[in-house]
Amino acid sequence: MTRKRAVLTVLHRLAVLAYVAFALFPLFWLLKVSVTPTSLLYTEGIRLWPSQASLEHYKFVLTHSSFPTFFLNSTIVSASTAVIVTLVASLAGYAMSRFVFRGKYWIVSLLLLTQMFPLVMLIAPMFKMLSPLGLTNSLTGLVIVYVAFNVPFATFLMQSFFDGIPKDLEDAAMIDGATRFTAFRQIILPLTLPGIAATLGFVFTAAWSELLFALMLISGNQATTFPVGLLSFVSKFSVDFGQMMAAGVLALIPACLFFLLIQRYLVQGLTAGAVKG
Amino acid sequence: MASITIEAITKTFGTVPVLHDIDLSIGDGEFVVLVGPSGCGKSTLLRMIAGLEDITAGEIRIDGRRINEVAPKDRDIAMVFQSYALYPHMTVADNMSYSLRLRKTTKERIAEAVNSAAGKLGLDPLLARRPKALSGGQRQRVAMGRAIVRHPKAFLFDEPLSNLDARLREQMRAEIKRLHKAIGATSVYVTHDQIEAMTLADRIVAMHGGIIQQVGNPLDLYDRPANLFVAGFIGSPAMNFVEGHCRAGAIATVDGSTVAVPDGIHLAEGQAVTVGVRPEHVRIVAGPEAGSYAARVDLVEPTGFGTIVHVRLLGEDLKIYTLERGAAEVGQPLHIALDGARLHIFDRETTNRIG
Ligand SMILES: Nc1ncnc2c1ncn2[C@@H]1O[C@H](COP(=O)(O)OP(=O)(O)OP(=O)(O)O)[C@@H](O)[C@H]1O
Ligand SMILES: [Mg+2]
Repeated sequence: MTRKRAVLTVLHRLAVLAYVAFALFPLFWLLKVSVTPTSLLYTEGIRLWPSQASLEHYKFVLTHSSFPTFFLNSTIVSASTAVIVTLVASLAGYAMSRFVFRGKYWIVSLLLLTQMFPLVMLIAPMFKMLSPLGLTNSLTGLVIVYVAFNVPFATFLMQSFFDGIPKDLEDAAMIDGATRFTAFRQIILPLTLPGIAATLGFVFTAAWSELLFALMLISGNQATTFPVGLLSFVSKFSVDFGQMMAAGVLALIPACLFFLLIQRYLVQGLTAGAVKG
Repeated sequence: MASITIEAITKTFGTVPVLHDIDLSIGDGEFVVLVGPSGCGKSTLLRMIAGLEDITAGEIRIDGRRINEVAPKDRDIAMVFQSYALYPHMTVADNMSYSLRLRKTTKERIAEAVNSAAGKLGLDPLLARRPKALSGGQRQRVAMGRAIVRHPKAFLFDEPLSNLDARLREQMRAEIKRLHKAIGATSVYVTHDQIEAMTLADRIVAMHGGIIQQVGNPLDLYDRPANLFVAGFIGSPAMNFVEGHCRAGAIATVDGSTVAVPDGIHLAEGQAVTVGVRPEHVRIVAGPEAGSYAARVDLVEPTGFGTIVHVRLLGEDLKIYTLERGAAEVGQPLHIALDGARLHIFDRETTNRIG
C-alpha cells in the first residue's frame, strides 16, 4: 500500500516536472539566445549554454534602439486597458450577478456574440471608424480598441466571482445600515479582490502581447508597442535573433512585476467562513 | 422596540404567487414565530419586513408608519440569517460593530456595546478572530451578537438554529428565550421546527402554501388546531388521523370499527370526517372496556423518556405515546382506548375543525 503510494507520488512528481520543463524550456531558450554573442550563435552548434555569455544584445537594445519607447508605450496601453476594463467589468459583472433587469438575456447574448468573430474580420471596419476620429496611430485609440475587446470576457469573469459571494452578505450589510453601494464597496469588493487581481492580470497580459491591432492601427515609431517593435528585428534578409531575444526577455519583466504585485490577491479562499461550510 | 403591522400582503415572483393576502399584527415586545413546511413563504415574508424583497401588494407598518418604500437600512431592524452571513474579512468584533460604525457611533460607545453583547453571548475570547476560525455554534453566536449590539426596533430570525446539531440547538434556543426576556424586543422568528415554535413563541403563525392557517398561542394551536394542516404540523410525535363517515350518530372507520362522536358535536349523516387524536391521548388499558379496541403491536420505538408504540388500528398505523416502559412488545395483543374528550374532528372536505 505505502509502496504503491510512493511509486504514485514519484510518478506524479515526474509528470509535473516534465510538464514544467516543457512549459519553461522556450523561456530558457529565449534567455540563452539573448546572452549568446552573435559570433557564437551559428558556430557552436546546439548547446544548452554558450561557451561565453555576454550582455551586448541588451546593451544594444537599451541604448541604440527605440525599445525603451516601445516598452513605455506598451506599459501605458496595457496598464490603462487593464484598469479601465477591470473597473467596467466589475460594475457590469456585479449587475449581471445581482440584478434582474429587462433585456438582460439580450445583453448577455450580445456580449457572447462579440466573442465569436475572428478579430481579423474587424480590422478594416475598426480602422475606418478610428481614422476620421484621429485615433489611428495613437495610444488612446489602441486603449479604446483593447477595452472594447476585453470587456465582454472580463465581465463574465467578474460575474462568476460575484456569483461566488453569498447574496446574504450584502443583505446583512444593508440591514446593518449600508446602502447598496456601501455594501458593494465595503463587503463585496474586498472579497472579490482575488477576482479583480485575476481580471487585471488577464487583461494586462492580453493587451501586452497583442499584435494584430497594434500592427494595423499604428504606423509611426512613437506609438509603436513592444510586440510590433519585435518585428522590426526581422528584416528582409536576416533576423537578428540575439537582439530580438534580449528585447523579449526585457518585455517579460513588466508582466512578471505585475503578477508579483497582484499575486497576493490571487490567493483564493478569502471568502471561507462567510457562511456555514 | 416597536409594533409591526402586516396588512393584506401579497407577493408574486414574476407570475408565481408565493404569499396570499397575509394579515398579521405583531405587538410591541412580542415574540412571534412563523412556522410551516419548506417553501411556504416564511423567509419571503420575513425578508419583506426587512425590506430585502419588494412588496407586490399590501402594506407593512412599523409603529404605525408605512415602510413599503423605506430602504432596509432605514428600517432599524436587525436580522439573523440561516447562513449567518458573517463578513469573512472582518474580525468578530468588527462584524459586530459594523452597523454601529456605519451609524458613526463613537469609539467608546462601540466598544461598550460590543463588550456587553460579547459578554452576554460568551464571545469575549473570540473577538479578534475571523469567522473562518470559528465553529458553527460560535458563528451562530456572532450572528446573534451582531443583531443585539444595535438595540434595533425589532429582530428578525430566519431559521437561525437549523445549521446546528441537536444539542447546541437546544442550548441556543434557551439562550434566545433568555435574551428575549432580558431585552424584550419585538421578534419575528422563522422556523420549520415545531418544537422551537412551541417553546419560543408568545404567538405562533402557522403557514402553508403562502396562506396563514392559524394564529394563536402555542398551546391553543396544540389543543385546538384549526385545520388538518396545523393538527398534523404541531406536535411530535405527530397526531394520528383516522378517516371515517358519520353513520347513525357514530363515526364508522374504514376497518368497520366505530368511534363515538364527542359531546357537543353535530355531524350530518354520511359526512366525511377525519378524526385526530394525539399519541399521548391514546391509552393502553388493562382489559376490554366500553369503547376500547383490540389491537396487536406493530413496532416499538423507545425514546428514553417515553415509548412510541405503533399498532394497526382503525385502518391506520396508530401511534401511542406512553411513559410506561415495557408497556408493549412487538406482536403482543393490546386493548386500546381513545380519550374521548380530546378527539379532534375535522371535515374532510374543507379540512377545517368541526370540534
Ligand atoms: N427569487 C425568487 N424567485 C422565484 N421564486 C422564489 C424566489 N424566492 C423564493 N421563491 C419561491 O417562493 C416560495 C417561498 O420561498 P421561501 O424562501 O419564502 O420559503 P420558506 O418558507 O422560507 O422555505 P424554507 O423553510 O425552505 O426556507 C418557494 O416556493 C420558492 O421557490
Ligand atoms: Mg426560508
